[in-house]
Amino acid sequence: MKNILAVVLPLVLTMGGAVNAGSPVAPFESSSEFRLQGRIDELVLSRLNQLNIAPANSCSDAVFLRRVFLDVTGTLPTPEEARQFLGDNDPDKRRKLVDQLLERDQYVDYWTMKWCDLLRVKSEFPINLWPNAVQAYHRWIRTCIRENLPYDKFAREMLTASGSNFRKPQVNFYRAMQSREPQAVAQAVALTFMGVRPASWPKERWSGMTPFFSQIAYKPTLEWKEEIVLFDQDKAASEEATGTLKAAVFPDGTPARLEPGRDPRAAFADWLITPKNEWFARNMANRVWYWLLGRGIVNPPDDVRPDNPPGNPELLAYLELELVSSGYDLKHLVRLVLNSSTYQRSHISTTEDPKGEENFACYPLRRIEAEVMIDAICQITGTTEQYSSIIPEPFTFMPEAQRAVALADASITSPFLEKFGRSSRDSGLESDRNNRPTASQRLHLLNSSHIRRKFETSPKLQPLLRSNDMKREEVISQLYLTILSRFPTDEELKTLDTYSKTGGRGSSARDLAWALVNCPEFSYRH
Amino acid sequence: MNKSQSPHTLTRRDALARGLAGAAGLLMARPPAMIAPTMGSEAQPALGGKAKSVIQIWAAGGPSHLDTFDPKPEAGNDYCGPLNKPISTNVEGIRISQLFPMLAKQADKFSIIRSMTHGNNGHETVSYLTQTGRRPGDRLVYPCVGAVVSLFKGFDAGYKGMIPPYVVLTETQGRFSEAGFLGPRCQPFATGGDPAQQRFMVEGVTSQGVTDQQQQARRELLRKLDTLGATAKGNPALTAFYESEEQAYDMILGDGAKAFDLSREKPELRTRYGHPTWSETAMLRFGQTCLAARRLVERGVPYITINYGGWDTHTDNFRAMQQKLPELDQGLATLLEDLAERGLLDSTVVWWCGEFGRTPKIDWQAPWNGGRGHFGNVFSAVVAGGGFQGGRVVGASDSRGEEVKDRPVYPCDLLGSIYQQLGIDPDGPLPNPLGQALTVTPAAADGIPMAGRLKEIM
Repeated sequence: MKNILAVVLPLVLTMGGAVNAGSPVAPFESSSEFRLQGRIDELVLSRLNQLNIAPANSCSDAVFLRRVFLDVTGTLPTPEEARQFLGDNDPDKRRKLVDQLLERDQYVDYWTMKWCDLLRVKSEFPINLWPNAVQAYHRWIRTCIRENLPYDKFAREMLTASGSNFRKPQVNFYRAMQSREPQAVAQAVALTFMGVRPASWPKERWSGMTPFFSQIAYKPTLEWKEEIVLFDQDKAASEEATGTLKAAVFPDGTPARLEPGRDPRAAFADWLITPKNEWFARNMANRVWYWLLGRGIVNPPDDVRPDNPPGNPELLAYLELELVSSGYDLKHLVRLVLNSSTYQRSHISTTEDPKGEENFACYPLRRIEAEVMIDAICQITGTTEQYSSIIPEPFTFMPEAQRAVALADASITSPFLEKFGRSSRDSGLESDRNNRPTASQRLHLLNSSHIRRKFETSPKLQPLLRSNDMKREEVISQLYLTILSRFPTDEELKTLDTYSKTGGRGSSARDLAWALVNCPEFSYRH
Repeated sequence: MNKSQSPHTLTRRDALARGLAGAAGLLMARPPAMIAPTMGSEAQPALGGKAKSVIQIWAAGGPSHLDTFDPKPEAGNDYCGPLNKPISTNVEGIRISQLFPMLAKQADKFSIIRSMTHGNNGHETVSYLTQTGRRPGDRLVYPCVGAVVSLFKGFDAGYKGMIPPYVVLTETQGRFSEAGFLGPRCQPFATGGDPAQQRFMVEGVTSQGVTDQQQQARRELLRKLDTLGATAKGNPALTAFYESEEQAYDMILGDGAKAFDLSREKPELRTRYGHPTWSETAMLRFGQTCLAARRLVERGVPYITINYGGWDTHTDNFRAMQQKLPELDQGLATLLEDLAERGLLDSTVVWWCGEFGRTPKIDWQAPWNGGRGHFGNVFSAVVAGGGFQGGRVVGASDSRGEEVKDRPVYPCDLLGSIYQQLGIDPDGPLPNPLGQALTVTPAAADGIPMAGRLKEIM
């Protein structure tokens, strides 16, 4: 396939059927030429050419900076980081920034949060892991992300582990489910690692997959809320189990020959994580793409079925190949996508045809997550938040400087997080998280005492808002860099000039900070 | 598009266009064949319900049935403790707690269900069960009754109020997500603040020290500084953002804020909602919250929940009752009377209950010192208005309030009756993220115990 594309693509690209994106729009686009960085760009452009859609211009450095900070670390750049990056003349600075951010602890926290959404890491209702098991499980997931454990090993660990939920945290995978019925377990496994929903497969396929998860036992211990998850040898040796296990069929239709006395979960895991498996690596590659580009190549990424085919199968195949051939290195895949020109396009679409956005002609605008938003507001203002859980257990009292992104437990929360649709971690569907704007969210940012107090008492902003030493332009620039990670445009300066003439200087700086946080540019990835 | 069209007759396209349910994206990702049974031809015509609004008084923690609406003085001191002299009411044969003198004068307006049951004693499980009618654990998290009502009676069904269709006074419950799979669009608007204060500061709506003029000026500034928005005109993601903002400003600058301004009420009425000798705001809070709820009903808000906690009385139950029961008495009795005086009771369902009752047998030992534990076997609920008859008792518990003696009522029976009063078909389809054929209340096939709607008082 590689060879064919190599021949075809240059031809297609030189034909360049579509109209151009037009001159770059400040401050969001850059005048630099669109460069093919690699395979991803070739495959995306080839599809866009077929559709006769021109891709958007490249995004500006400022947009790239904010975008990549949010996507990799779930955190805003500080004004110092913004100044430094924007003033840097190194032509390779984007690539260097990606490498740097991928090594940060914040990357680990943020991607751990994504995984905890999928794995339903939650103390109470309807997932009942309980607080201390949540902490152990979260720590284990975080360590795997930090060490960049190959994805196949990560999945196999969870699927095959036996032991105490405190001492072998990966067994909590089997506890973080609403039901422990073997078929429900099978469906949770399929959703998590294959992106398949219960309604998408015929009954027979589920009954073939269910036996692999029919020999799991859950045993309490004398310790409060400790539970041992294990392969139940005795149960597996019973006559009934022998019959059940004989019915095991892998989802691709291959009958399983399960050896008696061997944990059937291992047989399933070994089938799942082979490069030949049509679901496993492809689903993960698609999810990474979805997390970074806001839309899956199969979309939504957790609804894989024959009548929901990938929009660009070659692109998905390529990403899958990269994931497998790199040894299931997730960081490698993330880096590859971030360095593509496709990822670095602006949000300004050249067409009203929805096919443009569907085929990644531009970067889609989407609201930042609840946790990311409140952490950003805390960072901008230098204030903190309180998080608590209704469950009277240890580990539910949070230190004052706790970042929302790093919260282990979906049962530990705040009214802000609930209002802005943080993941409920109820089902493990991507839709457990809901970033849709509502009137009460807008009320909260526009006019609530909660947000107002954060600005009024801000140890970071108050000196700036009250300062007599700094020139007006410096104050404005500093606010723009702090809140929007860029310098103000001339037009914005003019608007502010007019505005300040109608009010006092102090209030105009305060109103500016308020306005910037309330612009969609603050709350939307762009 | 015809906004007043019943949600039952929505086509898939309509639903998509209106963004029905927060999870619409997912719902609609299913092939049409899978949607049809839930959204299409089987849909029932809207029932002609009398009720337009609901006030739910959620006694979080689980109030004792014996100490409130199902007194058992004959069971002896180990069951009723000091509350052993129930009083008669203005309806012959109905006795209620001795600490309910005001409610005793309104008993013709409400009915008591003395045979509520679900048999479970876990707060989180039955908070969910009592308000969704469903048992947890089948992979979906269902929306609670308020979210369902806001789906069927809210913006997607022609509601044009400035106040969101589902309001919680004042804080959400926190045990589970009220909106369940319907997502933030059906989430309640939690007011925050305290109605018993001089000024009820509703989070986001009222802002101390900022004048309307300043709000206008800031709004103008915000519009001019929206550089990103200017480059993405018509982008659907931003359109949703601006629509929400429009609604928000309707509340801030429009009539929304007035709805919450209790100082517009006559001082005599404010006093009636709270006892004149009470000086602590803590005791006044519940009554003033009821008053706020009545103001919202007047503005057509379809569903209002008053989260009224403090009923989880494991220790020293009777000291807690000495405070809470007079509060409840004053607030609820005045609310019923006030609604009736304004001609609103016929179109407003008021219902009161907690997630369960409390153990009838009192635990006198330390550390409980006269406490009561969780009790899901049998408990009481109160319904009034909106088409429900008053002055009736449904079902009965046994002589010690330990088992249902007569006519069990399961949560889904009660919820189904409320839906019916609102003209929402309890057996009708409920849109859901998996495109499954779900119904508003559980179907018999779901295996959830049910004993029929409250026909005897409807």
